This record gives sequence, structure tokens and C-alpha cells, in this order.
Amino acid sequence: MINIAEVIETNQMIEEENLDVRTITMGISLLDCITPDLEQLKANIYDKICRRARNLVGTGESIAREYGIPVINKRISVTPIALVGGSACRCPEDFVELAEALNRAAGEVGVNFIGGYSALVTKAMSFADELLIRSIPQALASTELVCSSVNLGSTRVGIDMDAVRLMGEIVLDTARATADRDSIGCAKLVVFCNAPDDNPFMAGAFHGVTEGDCIINVGVSGPGVVKHALESVRGASFEVLCETIKKTSFKVTRVGQLVAREASRRLDVPFGVVDLSLAPTPAIGDSVADILCEIGLERPGAPGTTAALALLNDQVKKGGIMASSYVGGLSGAFIPVSEDQGMIDAVEAGALTLEKLEAMTCVCSVGLDMIAIPGSTSAASIAGIIADEMAIGMINQKTTAVRVIPVIGKDVGDAVEFGGLLGHAPIMPVNAFSCEAFVSRAGRIPAPIHSFKN
Amino acid sequence: MKRVIVTVVGRDTVGIIARLCTYMAEHNINILDISQTIVSGFFNMMMIVDMAGATTPFDVVAAELEACGQDLGVVVKCQREEIFDSMHRI
Repeated sequence: MINIAEVIETNQMIEEENLDVRTITMGISLLDCITPDLEQLKANIYDKICRRARNLVGTGESIAREYGIPVINKRISVTPIALVGGSACRCPEDFVELAEALNRAAGEVGVNFIGGYSALVTKAMSFADELLIRSIPQALASTELVCSSVNLGSTRVGIDMDAVRLMGEIVLDTARATADRDSIGCAKLVVFCNAPDDNPFMAGAFHGVTEGDCIINVGVSGPGVVKHALESVRGASFEVLCETIKKTSFKVTRVGQLVAREASRRLDVPFGVVDLSLAPTPAIGDSVADILCEIGLERPGAPGTTAALALLNDQVKKGGIMASSYVGGLSGAFIPVSEDQGMIDAVEAGALTLEKLEAMTCVCSVGLDMIAIPGSTSAASIAGIIADEMAIGMINQKTTAVRVIPVIGKDVGDAVEFGGLLGHAPIMPVNAFSCEAFVSRAGRIPAPIHSFKN
Repeated sequence: MKRVIVTVVGRDTVGIIARLCTYMAEHNINILDISQTIVSGFFNMMMIVDMAGATTPFDVVAAELEACGQDLGVVVKCQREEIFDSMHRI
């Protein structure tokens, strides 16, 4: 039988260390909605989402009440819209209408975000992929709840540099389209290399074509819990450090597994995966940067940061993997800047640069995330940043991503406030030397060699 | 059996257990175990109860016990047992 010390430990994690279930994300396939008639397609999409996700928010709330664990977000991911709208959409404006249909459906069922306004480009863009990509600035400016993602490359087939170049322009156009709101549209837009089909986290969630009709994926989080556990092993060996992270990660993930199973049962929708990520929030004590400091760095960005993050990321996976029957998504440590007070402090102190963040993305989950850059950054430079990150993912057989926000009208020395879970961020400098001639080359970077790993 | 863990955290005072036990009896909730300890100067009590025969739904019981706690100056929380089992038992 459960004893009082165990009960106190769990409740302390929840009440004092910000343990929560970050998201219950329902993945919904829209493949059966496809029709060449745009109006009919919009109606099909709206109806299917409302039918499938009608009880999602209520179920999430009742699970939170009964188990005493906060469930912060209830979200939906859908089949990449470039696939769904391919036969009905003839211009970018047609795709925007689909974004608005998604937004209405998300508002109707009460979820926080809906992801899947996406195109899966790897080798080259289809006609529909390009139309959707060109519609992104307007789609994100005219909706509140829609998140967009574009896959640009993979380890198997290489990187489509035509799409990378176009995304440099699209990120900038999205910033301009939401310039009156500190370019917040870019916070809902991410590009990937090796995008996973079952990621429950935004902005990159979509319901991959390898998935079933409807599925429940859960993302857990608990950087504060790991930080607290490490406080008790200061100065201990790496063995003790790693064991402590693993045990904590196991406990955190078990909560995710329970919530995922329960949500799946109550909604009568199959359980997909638990994404065992350490996802920070701007709340004090809910920070991955603080864990790095607890491991022994004065600030994230100091020499040793990449090694400390590599260790953390690996132990989180090792601890979590046994705690859940199915692990997937992005699983690892997220290092967004604006959403992590410790990262923000490190940038403001001059400890953390864009280049160091890039190095850190080689060993952790995802990539350059929620980084505010000057609004005057050129589309070519943004494309160059994206290409670098895609190359890291392609060569290292991992998922990488870029979510940068060129804040129109702001420069280094300014700060930007996004509010809520998106947080606030100082504008970070971008290397001012040009990569224009590089990213202007047409075509794609070929698939990498899979041997001679040096 | 529908096990629920009821926790009480706050300043120790006369009648906490009596009040909660009376509530349980009135709503046909069976108490399986009670234990208590002091952590950082705070009174911590835990009750394991079986709500299978409860005459009132979980959400109502949780809200009413929380209100009881406010009267007594303590925080009362009801959680289904599975969250603790999941975290602490393989």
C-alpha cells in the first residue's frame, strides 16, 4: 500500500516543482475528408474535428481533477494540410480558408492550439506544398490557434534547399504580417529535418500519414522536478548524477503514461505515445537552464554546456523509456530561449549566443527554438540558419528544428514580450556576414553517406 | 474498489481527523488507512479511502472536503490512488 512519504513526494513535485502533464494531444486523420470541392472540404474538416475532439477538453480537465495533476494544454494535431487540400486548393488564399476552418473547429472544441497546417517536403515541393508554404504568413496572421510546420529534409534523402530558401522568406513575411503583435506569427511556425509523425508539442505537431484515424499522444514535463532532485547530489560523481536524473525521469514519465492510458480509455481513442520531454515554461523553477546550472555550470553557454546537455538528454531518455509502453515524439530536453527564464538570463548576461545554441542542438531534442532575432535580418540569413540546423539533423540522424522570430522594428538590445507560455526574449544578434550566394543555389543537398562515421 | 488518497497539509489543530471521518461516514466512504507525520513543521496526514460505495460523486466529495479544510485552516486534497501507484510502483 502507498505510504505517506510517497504521497508527500508526489504532491511536492506537483505543487512546488511544477510537475505537470504539458499536453494531451489528439491526432486526427483528415485523409477521409479529402474532396476537390473547397467548401465541402472545409465542412468535412470542421465536422470531423468537432466530432472526434468534442470531449477532449472536458476529459483532460476531469483527469486533472481526479488525479490532482495539472493538464496544462489540450491540443489537436491533424494530417498535414498540404496533403488534405492538394486537390481542392488552387491558390494560397484557398489554403488560408482551410486554416480558418481549422481555427473555427479548434475554437469550437476549446483546445489551446491545433497543429498540422503543414507540408512535408523532403526531396522537393509538390505544387500543393508550395501553395501551402506561400499561404503561411496570411494563415498565421488571420488565425489564433493554428500552428504551422514544414519539413525540409531528412537523413534518408537530403535537404530541399529550394524550400529552405523559400522558408527564409516566409519566416520574414510571417513576421511582417504580424508586426503589430511583435511578429508573434513566427512563434507558431517551425521548420524541421526528420520531423516525427507523432509529436504532441506545438508548434510542430501534426498527425503523420503513418498514423491511424485518431490517436492520443501525451507530453509530460518536469524540469523543476529534475532540478530539485539534483540539489541533493551536489558534488557527487557522474554515476550518481546520471542515476538521479534517470530515476526522476522514470517517475515523471509514469505520470504521463497513466494520463495517456486514462485519456485513451475515456475518449475511446487508441493510445499513441508518451513524449518524455523536459519542456520548460517561463515560470520560475520550471527551467532546463536551471538543471544545467545545478549540474555545474555558472550559466548555460559556459564551456561544458554541450556535454552537460548531452548527459541530461540521454539520461532523461534512459529513465523514461521503461516508464512508458510507447515512447515517441521529440522525447528529450527542449531548449527554447523565450520560454525558459534561465536561458533568458544567460542571454542577457552575455553567456549564451546563437552559435552556442546551435552546438547544443546537436545533442538535445529539437533545435533553435523561440529565439528572437533582429527584424532587419535578411531572408537569406534566416535561410542560412535553417540550412545549418537541417544539416545537423540530416547528418546526425536526429530531429532538428528552427523557430526563430525576426521581430520587425526591433534590434539587439531590445526585448520582446509574447506572453503566457511563450514568454519573453531579448533580441539576439545574428552573424552579419552574408550567405546569399550559398542559399541562392537551386536544387537540393544530396542524401548523406551512411558509413564512414567520422 | 475505488481507492482515493485524501491528504491534509497545514497547521495541526483539534478535530481535523474527527471532522473528516464524520464526513466519510455520512457519505458511506470506507477508511482503509490513516497515517500522519510532520514535514518542515507542517502537519501532514494521509487517508486511504474506498469510494466504491460512496453516495456522492468524486468531484463533489473533493470540493466538499476542500471546503472542510478551509474551515479548519488546512489544505485538503483528494486524488485517485493510481497516480501514486504509477509513480512509485513498477
